[in-house]
Amino acid sequence: MRRFALIAIPYIWLLALFLVPFLIVLKISLSDTAMAIPPYTPTLDLSEGWQGFRAFLAELDFENFTFLTTDDLYWKAYLSSFKIALIATFLTLLVGYPIAYGMAAAPDHWRPTLMMLVILPFWTSFLIRVYAWIGILSNEGYLNQLLLSLGIISSPLTILNTNTAVYIGIVYTYLPFMILPIYSALERMDASLLEAAEDLGCSRITAFWLVTFPLSKNGIIAGCFLVFIPTIGEFVIPSLLGGSQTLMIGKVLWEEFFNNRDWPVASAVAVILLLLLIIPIILFQRNEQKQREAEG
Amino acid sequence: MSQTVFEPWTDPQAKPLIQFQNVTKRFGDFVAIDNQTFDIYEREFFALLGPSGCGKTTMMRMLAGFEKPTEGKILLAGQDMAPIPPNKRSVNMMFQSYALFPHLSVWENIAFGLKRDKKPKEEIADRVAQMLKLTRLEKFAKRKPHQISGGQRQRVALARSLAKAPKLLLLDEPLGALDAKLRQDTQFELVDIQEKTGTTFVIVTHDQEEAMTVATRVAVMDDGKIMQADTPANIYERPNSVYVADFIGDVTIIEGRATANGNGYDIAFAEGQPTLHAESSKSFQNGQSCHLAIRPEKVAITADKPDTRNALKGTILDIAYLGNLSTYHVKLGTGQIIKAQTANTRRLSRRSFTWEDPVWLSWTDTAAVLLEG
Amino acid sequence: MRRVTWFNVTSLTLGFAFLYLPMIILIIYSFNAGKLVTVWAGFSTKWYGELLSNQSFLDAAWVTLKVAVLSSTIATVLGTMAALVLVRSGRFSGRTLFSGMIYAPLVMPEVITGLSLLLLFIGLNIDRGVMTIVLAHTTFSMCFVSVVVSSRLVSFDQSLEEAALDLGCSQMQAFFLVTLPIIAPAVISGWLLAFTLSLDDLVIASFTAGPSSTTLPIKIWSSIRLGLSPEINALSTLMIGVVTVGVITASLISKRSSMKRLADERAAGT
Repeated sequence: MRRFALIAIPYIWLLALFLVPFLIVLKISLSDTAMAIPPYTPTLDLSEGWQGFRAFLAELDFENFTFLTTDDLYWKAYLSSFKIALIATFLTLLVGYPIAYGMAAAPDHWRPTLMMLVILPFWTSFLIRVYAWIGILSNEGYLNQLLLSLGIISSPLTILNTNTAVYIGIVYTYLPFMILPIYSALERMDASLLEAAEDLGCSRITAFWLVTFPLSKNGIIAGCFLVFIPTIGEFVIPSLLGGSQTLMIGKVLWEEFFNNRDWPVASAVAVILLLLLIIPIILFQRNEQKQREAEG
Repeated sequence: MSQTVFEPWTDPQAKPLIQFQNVTKRFGDFVAIDNQTFDIYEREFFALLGPSGCGKTTMMRMLAGFEKPTEGKILLAGQDMAPIPPNKRSVNMMFQSYALFPHLSVWENIAFGLKRDKKPKEEIADRVAQMLKLTRLEKFAKRKPHQISGGQRQRVALARSLAKAPKLLLLDEPLGALDAKLRQDTQFELVDIQEKTGTTFVIVTHDQEEAMTVATRVAVMDDGKIMQADTPANIYERPNSVYVADFIGDVTIIEGRATANGNGYDIAFAEGQPTLHAESSKSFQNGQSCHLAIRPEKVAITADKPDTRNALKGTILDIAYLGNLSTYHVKLGTGQIIKAQTANTRRLSRRSFTWEDPVWLSWTDTAAVLLEG
Repeated sequence: MRRVTWFNVTSLTLGFAFLYLPMIILIIYSFNAGKLVTVWAGFSTKWYGELLSNQSFLDAAWVTLKVAVLSSTIATVLGTMAALVLVRSGRFSGRTLFSGMIYAPLVMPEVITGLSLLLLFIGLNIDRGVMTIVLAHTTFSMCFVSVVVSSRLVSFDQSLEEAALDLGCSQMQAFFLVTLPIIAPAVISGWLLAFTLSLDDLVIASFTAGPSSTTLPIKIWSSIRLGLSPEINALSTLMIGVVTVGVITASLISKRSSMKRLADERAAGT
């Protein structure tokens, strides 16, 4: 009985506030665009039993999805989200790996402090961390002020409201997600492995490529997924740092919903976004599982 | 001797404290306990001995109430235990990991069970003090488990499980986490405490020396079955199967065929070797295959042919020098190896045998145990 | 892996400079006297005064705090229950769906979570306000809590709970007297995580908030969309300050207790 309650309470909560809402999104995405205000057609009338359900199903259609394919805004947005996420993940890896490596190589008594320094930004407001870059990157911002005063440039660079600013924002905010898994992979590595490699004739650099890097592979994969997956649906960064030409699906969905008030289309956009995310999520899960099995 | 020997299992009038009646326990397809019936008596120190996976832990967990028998009944003082949950049984358990509550002090750990019984405060304090004294932990009452040593933790676990004065105390590998030296001292301490409190103890262990030292009776288990349950001396001297003989201590097993002769049997075991003789009350048909189990310390090793019925000739293949003892591996002409052990009463330089020496092995008619094939 | 080289020192220095410089600049310029955020016009704390006398910010902060405390507390209870189910309950019908629903919100884009909950509330005709944000935040943060707590429960020595049962506890007593005190650090960090996630959330709150329940992130969002604001700089500095003090204190406490534990264990001779 107690076990039943233990399972039932969180179960019902998640059913009601996670699964059911998602089914509603699915249903609305298949409803008619014409009526942008609830109740959408068709409505499910359960009083008519199975017949009613059949009638309900028959009226659902893929009109919204067809609409998404006709307007190239949407598939361009998906494509560009994918591209931005991919490039940003790669950049985050480039920035994050040396930091993780440096942490793993640091003396023992430094590590807790370094660890805390990586985690600290994670606890501070995401919005504020993105906001901080507006002041740096804007035309009259600190970066341009610095470069102008040093005489490196003669007229201010336009960085804010471009994709470059979006990349900087993503790298900055998601950096801890990249550093931590790589660090934990490197930290577990036995120092004698490198000594063995050098003993067997590797130079430091070949020892890195042949030993350290392959051994941190799982950390790299985990870090990349942890950055890539949330970046695809990112809304705040492209809205604040990106320009009007920055196309990301999270932003499109937001605008479709709040500005155009086209809920069925917004729902269809959400459904496709989720379908696109399922592949990387499954790959990520599989990687995690493999790692867990390898560890014991 | 005025003191009567403690052997309630030989007394048909004695009432057992615990009765296993045709108990079977299955986990899915796996049979952990296979139709076992046996009794444990009050004040006994009963050891369940066996390799890992033999079912001894399952047996103990059924007594504690964490597992229920699939078939059969377990009775405690005549009462069926099946419907009684672990927290209502007057059975307590000392866990292999000790399972000391890390957030509670030694005192609070020991008082934990008493508090659940809603005993008055003074009574709890008295009982805890008594337990602390019994286990010599008075000085550590205020410490947390991580602030004391492994041996002290073991004693806290014992005190905690004894505090409620259970009818039956279960000990799961109680000394497994201690180092060899400490383990020996603690074995005697356990026996001492068991005798002082008069509680029935059931101990699970894979360490035969430990079982032999502490237990009144040892049950040797294999594959969900108790192979033999008897006093340590009987288990060692009179094993009832090749498995038990081989499991306990060192032994040489010789396979052969029995022919009745006088009080025992002649055993022919190889072409060109003399027959051996062993007294036995068991009955074998002529020509029935049998096993002869002989302990190395019962085999004499001499340079000249001894004047006994059981005498075999061989050469020394290996000598294991153990300090107080030496074990010789002697190879017979047939290739068979027989172990012989001698006490090193003389200094090493005076030892008479070395590798490759031809020697004679011999033993008395009663030294070897004849077992069914 | 112990090599202090120039490369490592440089990458750490540059890396942490990258992580911290933007925040440090933000903090410095929050004390700028001028109205123009990027031009230094002398030291002043006047924007802090302005901020603290701005009722709409204070209201938003109050709403945020209410939502965060409520949602993280409910999420901790539900998430701990879910963790117990995941780790302890073995097989039951619908287990796969259950664990799916625990892990999915972790990777679900916030825009979708927000959208779906809003459509639910509209469908059920529920007025949006503090309660709807609490429901939304509880739902996604309970999943984070359950991940944190279940990773602790996996390594929890089951025999501790059995020992409690053996000594006469009921299942409930065993949980509250033994299991909960031992896993408390994980439950507390779960709560802190849920609390921070709630404080931080803009997207889901924007979907589920009503007109009278503007949270601080929504307020910040609407003011920074129009550009830089000295008041927001001051607010950011306050928020960063609180978090920094909190995180440093927490890590000092945990460091001290682990050092004490180590010393105790050494003294006990184990």
